[in-house]
Amino acid sequence: MKNIQEIFDILKEKFGDSILELLTTLPVESFITIAPKKINEVCLFMRDNEELKFNSLMCLSGVDDANGKQVKDENGAVKIEGSTLSVYYHLESTEFRHKVTLKSSAPKENPEVESVALIWHHADWHEREAWDLVGIKFLNHPDLRRILMPYDWEAGHPLQKDYKNPEFYHGMKVPY
Amino acid sequence: MGLLDKQFAKESIVVTSLEDLLNWSRLSSLWQVGFGLACCAIEMMATSASHYDFDRFGVIPRNSPRQADIIIISGTVTLKMATRIKRIYEQMADPKYVISMGSCSNSGGPYWEHGYHVLKGVDRVIPVDVYVPGCPPRPEALLEGLLKLQEKIRNESLVKKTA
Amino acid sequence: MALKTEHMTLNMGPQHPSTHGVLRLEVELEGEIIKSVQPHIGYLHRCFEKHAEAMTYPQVIPYVDRMDYLAAMYNEFGYAVAVEKLLGIQVPERVEYIRVIMGEFQRIASHLVAVGTYGLDIGAFTPFLFCFRDRERIINLFEMTCGARMLYNYIWVGGLSHDLHPDFVRNAKEFVSYFKPKVKELNDLLSYNRIFIDRTANVGILPLETAINYGISGPNLRGSGFEWDIRKDDTYSVYNKFDFDIPVGKGLQGTVGDCWDRYYIRIQEMGESLKIIEQALEQLPEGDVTSAIPKRIKPPVGQVYSRVENPKGELGYFIISNGSPNPFRVKVKGPSFVHLGIMNELCKGHMIADVIAILGSIDIVLGEVDR
Repeated sequence: MKNIQEIFDILKEKFGDSILELLTTLPVESFITIAPKKINEVCLFMRDNEELKFNSLMCLSGVDDANGKQVKDENGAVKIEGSTLSVYYHLESTEFRHKVTLKSSAPKENPEVESVALIWHHADWHEREAWDLVGIKFLNHPDLRRILMPYDWEAGHPLQKDYKNPEFYHGMKVPY
Repeated sequence: MGLLDKQFAKESIVVTSLEDLLNWSRLSSLWQVGFGLACCAIEMMATSASHYDFDRFGVIPRNSPRQADIIIISGTVTLKMATRIKRIYEQMADPKYVISMGSCSNSGGPYWEHGYHVLKGVDRVIPVDVYVPGCPPRPEALLEGLLKLQEKIRNESLVKKTA
Repeated sequence: MALKTEHMTLNMGPQHPSTHGVLRLEVELEGEIIKSVQPHIGYLHRCFEKHAEAMTYPQVIPYVDRMDYLAAMYNEFGYAVAVEKLLGIQVPERVEYIRVIMGEFQRIASHLVAVGTYGLDIGAFTPFLFCFRDRERIINLFEMTCGARMLYNYIWVGGLSHDLHPDFVRNAKEFVSYFKPKVKELNDLLSYNRIFIDRTANVGILPLETAINYGISGPNLRGSGFEWDIRKDDTYSVYNKFDFDIPVGKGLQGTVGDCWDRYYIRIQEMGESLKIIEQALEQLPEGDVTSAIPKRIKPPVGQVYSRVENPKGELGYFIISNGSPNPFRVKVKGPSFVHLGIMNELCKGHMIADVIAILGSIDIVLGEVDR
């Protein structure tokens, strides 16, 4: 069983600059930030390494950080510019019983994160959900389509903080 | 009963109007599309299971809409599902009736404000005969809704309504 | 002579009696043999996560109920545990005991529906009626406690909405003694029924490695022979005070990890839940159940991933707080969502009729798949 500091040291030694930081100041949960284009390599290493053996992905969540600047466009609608979209990975080793949280952020204008769906099949649907609801593009995902919303939904990704719902969908009125 | 009243000697003959006969036969065997949507579907299942016994009102789930008379919209109707519900409704043979069960299918229920993917009321896609309120309605409430529907059918007429 | 078969795509659902709700399966067939199964979900997507962002922490609880509507009590339990972790508060002993009692009753109720409808799917009608008869008794206990039959809003952050009814303990004990022989009745009726065994044993075998890689949890993981239960392995609430076993699949009728194993785990778990309830009722401490409920719930900036053992598997809540009364983001890892993802893996190479047997054995609730 390893704590997050030891895991961070192992990763830092192996991957160097791709491991950005370890944040332990916030309450309850600490996490390690990793560069979005390297996350698949890091995860593969963490799954197969003899000391870590993170064989199970507990959860994968997409989050709109909404940490940008609020801008009003000509219609008066509020848009948030310059923010980031993040993916949180909660990993667990059923053998060593240790857990860790990883975070990977990408700018909202070009939210590209490497997919881990081929490392843990569990991630497949979670990544599709994160694409569908938050709008994070997972590179090298086997089948990145919408999953919960209709395939022909055009209004964007509903869990982004500045999302606007359309008035009509296929002739049906959407607002109350 | 008009001209036919007391004109028959044998007791085995019952005289009634065609309307009453049709309505009576319709309301006593309302076959339902076996179709559950969300939480309310569990209450619908509980209604048709041992304790509440929907069967005694002639309601039997049929799995094909083509053999069914009523459809109980039991739960939240989403935008993705709405077109399918419309199609199932259109596949049913006339006369057909709709019971909207629960707040969600009545009006969107708890999802009315932020539900970006929820249709606020199934009556935006198909006509509804009886609304049963509740989230979810108790089985007794669904039974009451069915009795209301039977009452409605009992008073139906073949005569075209003029204004 | 080799017979020629034709490639065919079969559409199953969204309106289908055995999909347990509104699920669409696109099945690729080669004759009777399944080539692939592609689930299409989202027909019940009710935007839970958006609602959670727009509500305050206590207001989220009714929406939590409506995800896994067969195990509403346990969803509240999981959510309350997560928010309490974020707030860093302790709840009174009595509250924890009542939560465990309610949670285990809910587990029995959920498994009864799972077992009953599974029988119904495979062609046994009677167990369905038996199960619903017994479930009705549990529902009555819940109704006596909080007034609702299915969606309770009973477990609050920091406490409970109200204390137990004075008659609850007596009635709960009555139920336990009533239900104990029923498990055997269910075994005689369904578990050891020859037809049922023939349809479920050696069907849909889930190897352990695959199961872990796909994130499978709960009875489905234990059916594959892995002794893993969050109540014991990552314990929460007061579960460490009770003595109970974790049933695992042993391949009694066929191979380890087949549909029958997964089904039988649920039957055994009902017995284990009864054990926990009995002990909890005996040890139930006195106290006030509303004293620890915070007046204003405003967690500090931070995040938490907390998980509990829902009747269907590992139910995880990932909550990010930005210091305001509303959660910044709530992500739910619903076990049904995860389990449905393995359909393709399980069904490949089986006959078309086995799709129903496999789907029933993984026990999904579409409210939680789609949220």
